[in-house]
Amino acid sequence: MTAPGQQSVARRALPLLSLIVCVLLWHVASSRHLHLGLVTFQNVPQPLEVVHAAWDLFQSPKLQNHLGASLGRVASGFLVAAALGVGLGLAIGRFRWVRETLMPPLEVARPIPAVAWIPLSILMFPSSEGSMIFITFVGALFPILLNTIHGVHGVDPRLIASARSLGTRRWAIFARVILPAAAPSVLTGLSIGMGTCWFCLVTAEMISGQYGIGYYTWESYTVQNYANIIVGMLLIGLLGMGSSALLHRAGQALMPWYRPGGRP
Amino acid sequence: MNAILSLSELAPEVSTGRLHIDRVSIELGSGADRFTALDDVSVNIAPGEFVCLLGPSGCGKSTLLGALAGHLTPSRGQLRLDGAPIGGPDPQRGLVFQHHTLFPWLSVRDNVAYGLRMRGVGRAERHAQAMTWLKEVGLEGFEHHYPGALSGGMQQRVEIARVLINQPRVLLMDEPFGALDALTRLKMQELLLALWTKRRMTVVFVTHDIDEALFMADRILVMSARPGRVIEEIVVPAGRPRSAEWLTGTSFIEHKRHCLALLRDPGVTVPLARLSPIPPAGDDQDATSCSD
Ligand SMILES: Nc1ncnc2c1ncn2[C@@H]1O[C@H](COP(=O)(O)OP(=O)(O)O)[C@@H](O)[C@H]1O
Ligand SMILES: [Mg+2]
Repeated sequence: MTAPGQQSVARRALPLLSLIVCVLLWHVASSRHLHLGLVTFQNVPQPLEVVHAAWDLFQSPKLQNHLGASLGRVASGFLVAAALGVGLGLAIGRFRWVRETLMPPLEVARPIPAVAWIPLSILMFPSSEGSMIFITFVGALFPILLNTIHGVHGVDPRLIASARSLGTRRWAIFARVILPAAAPSVLTGLSIGMGTCWFCLVTAEMISGQYGIGYYTWESYTVQNYANIIVGMLLIGLLGMGSSALLHRAGQALMPWYRPGGRP
Repeated sequence: MNAILSLSELAPEVSTGRLHIDRVSIELGSGADRFTALDDVSVNIAPGEFVCLLGPSGCGKSTLLGALAGHLTPSRGQLRLDGAPIGGPDPQRGLVFQHHTLFPWLSVRDNVAYGLRMRGVGRAERHAQAMTWLKEVGLEGFEHHYPGALSGGMQQRVEIARVLINQPRVLLMDEPFGALDALTRLKMQELLLALWTKRRMTVVFVTHDIDEALFMADRILVMSARPGRVIEEIVVPAGRPRSAEWLTGTSFIEHKRHCLALLRDPGVTVPLARLSPIPPAGDDQDATSCSD
């Protein structure tokens, strides 16, 4: 018997509560050096150590360089993947001959993990910046491509027939009907792609000599600075979450007619 | 033909919108599944005439309409509008489906103005005309809604406005009111007849509802299934506007009984109807395996 106001306060507090509980559990497990047979917390840094490490990083002038480098790489890789993935997806979804020409090589390339691309990308791109952008690009491309194709296949043929009957020319159908009709699916692809971009960041920045959040994380691992690893991990998680939220907002602004789960 | 004669006295004279359907056959499906959906159909339709295609589901009504719209190519025979062969879709031949095909991402007003936009008409002019048409179909005040927020009847009103703004010579309608409840359907029928009386264009109206055909049409073409053929033409002997007298008179009942007998022909089997004979998006029809 709670009032609606109280209910919404409780609902808003719940995510925060869940985060606090996670940190508390982590604190208890790591400070007691819990040993659970399969998992052990004996060498896991405690939350407070991580806070100290984070504080040091935030004080350091390098943070800006790390952030700038990573954001630049993710943004470049993502934008190229978005342009190519959506463009190719529209063509593959609509034309059989494009699909039959392009899908076999793409299907072979798709299961290859980002790590496996490292040597080849170093060989192919003269600058290491290029190879790093390429690896984030590879990570984002396939989710965007496949969701776009899926969206194009889902377009109601009657919608296209109507548009043609209303005077839409053959090529204008892409911009006028297929792209907007597939947009919700494309947006899903973009947000998954954004996630995999960050996912591949550490892999990509293994090549880096100096800067980047992924580089910072990987470098902390090689010098066994465990608290810094966790700072890097959390930063990547937060940045990934933030960029997904941004995409979500952009999607809502661009598609006010679309309410997921509601009436189309 | 007395219905048409009496009408031309009330309504503006039209000289365009003459349809020739000349020995048209259409085959659908591919490979071993290929079959004749429409077999040697010949019909002439006069400018401004209201023709209903009546038949059981699966008899090829949508197929014929799809061909008239220019979305399906006949395997044999020819279709002509005012003498010119029908070679593809064109705003001159407006098409309305049973379920609306409004663009969910455009407001009601922009949906209605879509055809003008494709013709390069300026924004102010587009909006003004769209508003006029929305008023005409009784949807003033809904111009900024998205189609998803409207009821089924309202969506069909928008659909009709969107097609009529192009001033088509022919209006092709595929069971446009089939999904509406009885009262809404009656209102929509009256609206359509009012619009048609005012702006006289040729209407080809597909239905499997005998009452609807007898209420709306100048002439009814009764079709049979597998292969789809026109088995009878019925000229509806009633004046316009259609009165309650006609709807409850003995002549109406007789015609209805006759149509029922034609549709009940035991030789006619009724296969499951597909949604539409118009091929799916893209130039291919098979299911794809590349998305997961
Ligand atoms: N795309 C298609 N491919 C193959 N057969 C189809 C297709 N669409 C419809 N059919 C079949 O063609 C016949 C005629 O269909 P249709 O014109 O839609 O009938 P109606 O509109 O009179 O119900 C039906 O038997 C239907 O099952
Ligand atoms: Mg049909």
